[in-house]
Amino acid sequence: MLKLLSRLFGIFRKRDNLKIGFYGPPNAGKTSLANILCLDWTGEELGSVSEIPHETRHVQFKEKVEIEHKGKKMVLKIVDTPGIATKIDYEDFIGFGVSKQDAKKRAKEATQGIIEAIKWLDDVDAVVIVLDSTENPYSQVNLTIIGNLLARKIPVLVVANKIDLRKSNVKKIEAAFPEYPVVGISAKKATNMNEFYDALFNLTKKV
Amino acid sequence: MVKKNIKLRDMSIHIMPYSEIRELSITERVKKILNLILGNRVVILQGRLRPEEEIRLIEDTMAMVDHIKSFKGIELAVVESSKNESFFVKMRRGIAQGLTGESSSLTVIGPASIVKEIKKDPSKIEVFLG
Repeated sequence: MLKLLSRLFGIFRKRDNLKIGFYGPPNAGKTSLANILCLDWTGEELGSVSEIPHETRHVQFKEKVEIEHKGKKMVLKIVDTPGIATKIDYEDFIGFGVSKQDAKKRAKEATQGIIEAIKWLDDVDAVVIVLDSTENPYSQVNLTIIGNLLARKIPVLVVANKIDLRKSNVKKIEAAFPEYPVVGISAKKATNMNEFYDALFNLTKKV
Repeated sequence: MVKKNIKLRDMSIHIMPYSEIRELSITERVKKILNLILGNRVVILQGRLRPEEEIRLIEDTMAMVDHIKSFKGIELAVVESSKNESFFVKMRRGIAQGLTGESSSLTVIGPASIVKEIKKDPSKIEVFLG
């Protein structure tokens, strides 16, 4: 009886404190989106954002983010991960005006951040994949991330970010990943956040 | 410009039948591929790696970028032959089969210093050397 109660309690506790990972390639807007959630519901942002790729170089969390939407409530642990890439060249950062020394440091931290992000795949309950809707969605990094989530049976929500930009093409992302819900948003302008919250609540039901 | 020419002259292509890695563990497979990449080879693998092998390849690549001064990483792309099946169908079948080497896909993996970009959409692949 105690075992059963403990198991039931475990289920409810898990459902009430789901770990939602924010994954995707660099500069897609993972931290911008995570910041909106954290600022809206905890009053504090999660991390800094920048036009320089690999601004997020460590996994960062926000515990107990209590979200209320259309009369429903849930408590999440937001896990914002560094953008996953297959190559890191410190010279790319120099192009953004970063000194050579800082660029090398940034590259070193970025490689370690990617390893950390990959390790976290084993520890998230559901994933929000944030993609730049102005970019080609068929990159191997995107397919590799999704392939791994599929293999691990982790529920996925695809966010097509940057819909405020002229080159944005949400339909191309929908066509690339027809088996997952896709929500077009602009994290920069906080556009379509209602649709995002609808989709986020639906995502947690699949865990 | 001269530097780029030297890089391209030193490059070679390694065609890898799946049988070459079939009996290897995930660690050995990734190690074998990365050793070839470090030797300036572009690897064309018959079939595709499993999702966990692809992500492990990225993980180990990053560990090497961190430790080997001149190594910048890899470019990676999988070319699928059937246009009528979605990525999910192919991936699900691959996962269900456990082995993905028997499929008619091809995997292209090259050092980022040589393979500048692999542009891919569902029906074609373009490899840019630089």
